[in-house]
Amino acid sequence: MPAHPDSAPAGVIHDIGYRHYDGDRLGRAAITRALFWHSLRGAYGLGRSARSKILPMSLFAIMCIPAFIIAVIANVGALNLSDLPLPYERYVITTQGVLTIFLAAQAPQSVSRDLRFKTVPLYFSRPLERVDYIGAKFAAMSAAMFILIGVPLLIMYIGALLAEFSVVTHSREVAVALLGAAVFAIVLSGIGLLIASMTPRRGFGVAAIITVLALSYGAVTSLQGILRYAQNDPTAAGWLGLFSPVTLVDGFQMWVFDTTSSAVAPPPGTVGGIGFVLVTFVLIGACWGLLNLRYRKVSI
Amino acid sequence: MNATVARLTGKALFGGRRALLLLTLSVILVALAVLLRLSIGVDHQVSADFLGAVALGTMVPLFGLIVGTGVIGPEIDDGSIIYLLAKPVPRPSIVLSKLAVAVVATIVFATVPTFLAGVIMSGLSSGVALGFAVAALVASLAYSAIFLLLAVVTRHAVVYGLAYALIWESLIGGFVPGARTLSVQQWALSVAERIAEPGLVSSDVRLAVAGVLLAAVTILATWYAGQRLRVLKLAGEE
Repeated sequence: MPAHPDSAPAGVIHDIGYRHYDGDRLGRAAITRALFWHSLRGAYGLGRSARSKILPMSLFAIMCIPAFIIAVIANVGALNLSDLPLPYERYVITTQGVLTIFLAAQAPQSVSRDLRFKTVPLYFSRPLERVDYIGAKFAAMSAAMFILIGVPLLIMYIGALLAEFSVVTHSREVAVALLGAAVFAIVLSGIGLLIASMTPRRGFGVAAIITVLALSYGAVTSLQGILRYAQNDPTAAGWLGLFSPVTLVDGFQMWVFDTTSSAVAPPPGTVGGIGFVLVTFVLIGACWGLLNLRYRKVSI
Repeated sequence: MNATVARLTGKALFGGRRALLLLTLSVILVALAVLLRLSIGVDHQVSADFLGAVALGTMVPLFGLIVGTGVIGPEIDDGSIIYLLAKPVPRPSIVLSKLAVAVVATIVFATVPTFLAGVIMSGLSSGVALGFAVAALVASLAYSAIFLLLAVVTRHAVVYGLAYALIWESLIGGFVPGARTLSVQQWALSVAERIAEPGLVSSDVRLAVAGVLLAAVTILATWYAGQRLRVLKLAGEE
């Protein structure tokens, strides 16, 4: 809707007398979309300095290399394989260290810097609502993580097709794995953004995210190992998986999509499966709710 | 060493929320040890595995990372290091003072809880507690020195440090045995191997080699951090 100078709405393109603006005045949706794209590109360093591209791009490469190797191995005729050496759905947990680093590096980059340079008040002085800001950041981070997991999966899928494995089976498997990847991306992004939004210092956010994710994963897998093999108690070991986001979503996709589990101990039985699914949804909801609560006030 | 630099660094490190986070982690480690003791009882092998994976494998590198970069990183980040560098204090002495604070912090937050966890789980007789405490001590020293150097060299010290700790030590070290020779974790494990009862802990590196490498890495990293601080360039925010 073109605005006329005399009937100019109390919009947000301020006419301070230097240059008039007669173009379209885009609303909330457009701002949210722009913020989403800006954040998504920023997560990979696009539109930023060359130095900030090094890290996300090299992590992306590190994620893709094993998938590429798997795809090549599948195509080596001498080995005569009938399936991929690693199922799609186990790729995430195998490479969870890389994912953790990417999240720890890029989530604070996405939100902590807005706090540090005091751009959040500027965002909120636009028609943008709190939900829009959080939604855009959350969606962008999740999309970035999804790309990070999804592209290697597609590489493996192409490898499987080239090796002339069953198209139907592999299409189904890769679709399921991509759905699982989406859940991984959303859960991890929620946790990462929530922690990062608590501090304007990038370094502190990075350390906090890593500590929470790496320590919970390390402690949970080691305790699971002890309980399952030294104590012979796979049920208790399975329940322990709730306490680390990675094992939690692994249990989720194992139960919902009926895939193989990569954790030391899978969730125990039907009750365990339902518990894992519920906790996953509660965790996502909690991250969303807490983020909204956090941004009621701009300052820390 | 410069007492004033050390005092100010200590204040910054122990004053904020960072100390709270570290303290929480130490408490979690001890709590997990209590839990294991209550549910399993005394099992030296379990204690050794648990301390090896959680304390030495995850916690000590993380603490070294947070503390080692924390003593100098924020100052370089917000540019206030320039006020310190403008004082007539030798740069190597600044590095040494900050390293001393980092080492004290890792001893308080990582070594002592590791020792406590070890004692809770298996007492003093098997040597597991003492072995891992000493291992955690030498590892903290080496990690602090390495990550302090990283913080002087790059603004993304935490991330690169993590890439080393997670990707090199865990992922590549898991597949390529040769990579384990060049890992602080294995060097520290060889110390634990010597002190604990035989058979409980195993390391890929011999103690003599590990000792030399640990000392060399710590000293070289500290020296080079001092050199790098002499030519530090303050870059703007990217």
